[in-house]
Amino acid sequence: MMERAVSLDGVVPVVNGEERTVATGSTIGDLLRELNVSPHAVVVEHNREIVRDRDRLDSIVLVTGDSLEIVHFVGGG
Amino acid sequence: MVAAGTDTPFVIAGRALRSRLMVGTGKYKSPDEMVRAIDASGAEVVTVAVRRVDLNRSRDDGVLPHLDPTRFFLLSNTAGCYTAADAVRYARLARAAGFNEWVKLEVIGDQDTLLPDTAALLEATRTLVADGFVVLAYTNDDLITALRLEDAGAAAVMPLASPIGSGLGLLNPYSIRTIKHRLSVPVIVDAGVGTASDACITMEQGVDGILMNTALAAADDPVRMAHAMRLAVDAGRQAHLAGRMPRREVAVPSSPSVGMLE
Repeated sequence: MMERAVSLDGVVPVVNGEERTVATGSTIGDLLRELNVSPHAVVVEHNREIVRDRDRLDSIVLVTGDSLEIVHFVGGG
Repeated sequence: MVAAGTDTPFVIAGRALRSRLMVGTGKYKSPDEMVRAIDASGAEVVTVAVRRVDLNRSRDDGVLPHLDPTRFFLLSNTAGCYTAADAVRYARLARAAGFNEWVKLEVIGDQDTLLPDTAALLEATRTLVADGFVVLAYTNDDLITALRLEDAGAAAVMPLASPIGSGLGLLNPYSIRTIKHRLSVPVIVDAGVGTASDACITMEQGVDGILMNTALAAADDPVRMAHAMRLAVDAGRQAHLAGRMPRREVAVPSSPSVGMLE
């Protein structure tokens, strides 16, 4: 029962294909800080929609089942 | 007759580029080697790919910390996309990074050959052009597809010399020449060049430029090969502009046939 109570405190978005538990009320910006990812080094897609304005990262609150893709440029041809 | 070594500007979508050689950033042994090879190549346009950030930080493969965006023009690709929808999605993610609206559009149709799915490529080109992208379309060496891509609004058409990463060189110079003759937009040969002679022969066909990655990254000495490619692209370009002598099936002496001793 304790475990259940703890999970009720969090939400579980799918981030880059993996479920991740974050505190209820967390924004995308909170998650990026927790992951130590600079918002300026990445592009974020939230439920298939690109978050173009990086200022909005701090106002989008994550809920369970949200799909988040955090991408950047890597070497390629 | 013009001064030796001069050339017309190489312009894509209104942007004049300082090098006809474009290079990729994949498969180098280290970021330092990549940067030194790109410097040696003289390239301005440098391709990159869009991938997930590794959130567990077992690897930090981001390329931007190593490339000065004031020195290089970043051209994002859609490598690894097998549908028009995926390619459009990757292109939009890349644009949101905020550098430019160009995309090297790849829609792959087959895992073994990495040959393009030309129907999906045309569909993705139309969608992205309507969305304001400058589309450089990676395609095969088929004239009809190249013409359709130009009609669809591609800013440049990028036929292959041979399959991606194969290093087989220019397999069909006739097709590449035909595409160049018939298109108004720049033609940039993308993929298949293995060594400097391949690059030179490709440029001798009259194409506007070459894009390569593996030929540099997989050379024993990528920095030296990058230097060689820079010279080869320039040599091939100048040879094309110079206009080669006609081929003959018989010998013609270079020295006078008169004035010989009795």
